[in-house]
Amino acid sequence: MRRARKRQTAPLPPTLSHLREGEQGVLERLDLSLEEAQRMMELGFVPGAHVTAAGSAPGGDPRVYRVDGSEIALRRETAACLKLRRPIPRRTA
Amino acid sequence: MSDCHGCSSSVTLATPGPATPPEKARRLAAIVGPPNCGKSTLFNRLTGLRQKVANFPGVTVEQRTGTVRFDDGREVLLVDLPGTYSLSTRSEDEQVTHDVLVGRREDVPRPDAVLLILDSTNLERQLLLAAPVLAQGLPTLVVLNMADDLRRRHGSVDLKALSRQLGAPVALVSAARGEGLDAVREFLAGEALPPVRTLVELPIITDVPKCRMWARQIGSQAGYRAPAPPLWTRRLDAAFLHPIWGPLIFLGVVLVVFQAVFAGASQLTNGVQALIDRTGEAVAGWLPEGVLRSLLIEGVWGGVGSVIVFLPQILVLFLFIGVLEDSGYLARAALIADRTMAKVGLQGKSFIPLISAYACAVPAIMATRTIENKRDRMATILIAPFMTCSARLPVYALLIAAFVPERALVGPLLGTRAATLLGLYVLGFLAAVATARLLKSSILKSQRTPFVLEMPPYRWPTMRSLGLRLYDRSKVFLRRAGTVILGVAIVLWVLAHVPLQDGKAPPIEDSVAGTIGRTVEPLIRPLGFNWKIGIGLVSSLAAREVIVGTLGTIYGMEGDAENSSLQAAIQKDLTTGGAIALMVFFAFAMQCMSTLAVVRRETASWKWPALQFAYMTTVAYIGAFLAYRIFS
Repeated sequence: MRRARKRQTAPLPPTLSHLREGEQGVLERLDLSLEEAQRMMELGFVPGAHVTAAGSAPGGDPRVYRVDGSEIALRRETAACLKLRRPIPRRTA
Repeated sequence: MSDCHGCSSSVTLATPGPATPPEKARRLAAIVGPPNCGKSTLFNRLTGLRQKVANFPGVTVEQRTGTVRFDDGREVLLVDLPGTYSLSTRSEDEQVTHDVLVGRREDVPRPDAVLLILDSTNLERQLLLAAPVLAQGLPTLVVLNMADDLRRRHGSVDLKALSRQLGAPVALVSAARGEGLDAVREFLAGEALPPVRTLVELPIITDVPKCRMWARQIGSQAGYRAPAPPLWTRRLDAAFLHPIWGPLIFLGVVLVVFQAVFAGASQLTNGVQALIDRTGEAVAGWLPEGVLRSLLIEGVWGGVGSVIVFLPQILVLFLFIGVLEDSGYLARAALIADRTMAKVGLQGKSFIPLISAYACAVPAIMATRTIENKRDRMATILIAPFMTCSARLPVYALLIAAFVPERALVGPLLGTRAATLLGLYVLGFLAAVATARLLKSSILKSQRTPFVLEMPPYRWPTMRSLGLRLYDRSKVFLRRAGTVILGVAIVLWVLAHVPLQDGKAPPIEDSVAGTIGRTVEPLIRPLGFNWKIGIGLVSSLAAREVIVGTLGTIYGMEGDAENSSLQAAIQKDLTTGGAIALMVFFAFAMQCMSTLAVVRRETASWKWPALQFAYMTTVAYIGAFLAYRIFS
């Protein structure tokens, strides 16, 4: 339990996979191969874009993200490659 | 329909280039747009039933062509290019779209005009595709689709300003409702097609962020007001993606589809069966006794009829898939199934084809087109025939009734017979899963590409689009019944009647069919099968259920009508161990020409169907051998 907690407040940079349902972040960069990054950018995941986490499959993976007017589902492993600009403002605490 | 067949030849004859309209060469227009923008709906609206589906030669990309006819008799040929987010050439789809637009494909000349379809409810992102398409310089009409949705959600756009910005005419339409299509038809029929004159500087097309900036600028200059978020989609997703309700609804949907395919279609199936029987009797009464009558009744009605009976099931399945897909639920189902599929190395999108393979592997394999990852798609194609298709049912039903005594297992809920049938379904499923693992850890190991799935907003499916799907499916299915299956039925009938002895058909044992059966007998004796089963196995290479009819003929009977005595006859030829071995053989074996043919078409090579056939037959042989050993 304690360990999980530690990971949540882990040092930067936060990624898309850290966003919980309803939370928003600003995309900083895409840690993907050029080709994959290109594809993600065409879907709206360009640096500077506001991304909101939405619903997901049971267990939270894959999750739907709202970006640039559409909803795109990503597996956690992909979402973890999309780095966010600043710490996510947590609703709690 | 006839002029539809003509269009393929006139494609190759038509001269490219808008400037020279020769004698009667039809204008060629290409439809381009991102996925989920309503491209196909518009295509269907414009062409109606005057369309045909084929693959682009050499690739697995579907090519849909159709003709638009005008009042003055003129026609424009429309080609629906695959949906792409950009014209970069990373996937096969994008490659084809790119090559057609620059005129690099030999089978399709460079289009005279382009219809660029964009979803008006998400214009700024969709304009990303406009830059590379307009840069081609072809006369282009920018069609903003989903006008009704835009209006309902209080979005708006200044068409004149947008047209000025893009240097191309713009039309706002609703393809689903048929709104605003006159503008599209006028553009296609126009005397002179105006080339694109873009006023703004087109951004460097490969630089996506720059492109996105450009799109935003265009959007704001055209006074684009994005619509409010789709409320109903949010509400429905709250239920469909709910941690508890979501999976339950998902399970419910799967069960309903299953039940509908098996139970719901039974009335229709009975109707078709009665129709076939009735016409068969009519033909039998009308023709004099002789070779022709025997061929028609035993060969054509017996062979082709037994397959046409499956049409209602297939149509019911496609109706459901159509509703699920058009409404947008299918994307959610794929999302929910993704984790489970990931465990065997596949992705959520493989789930739908595998479910539909329970009815028939042929449409299932066609449905794999939605899987973009080529290797995942190949793996799904290769395992789909292991799922227990409806053609296996008659075989199972006959053998279970003949060899498995009915006893209650779990009170009145589950008897031995039902349990056997369930076991066979599980067996097929396990074989599919094991094979998927094997493939994904060996020849089809793929670099895990990001799983990206766009969730379209929920929409009501239109009757029009559903009707077209069913019409398409029936056409494909009936054509197959009229060619492959008819051919096999006739060949089999002939082989069972030659060589003539004293001008009469020989005893089946001495016929060519009998000789074939006795030739394969040594090979199948270790499985507990004799030469009669051998003929059945050979004939069922065409389609699994053919073995039932073949055995009926061999035992000198009239097939299903006297099923009970067919059971009695089979009991003399097979031991219980042999019967179980036969069922196991059918659970695994690739006894289906149509599936092989469709795999060949979808993979554009003989390598995969050959591999699949060899693999499945080997598994079936070993499985049947073991089953015979264990149960004897």
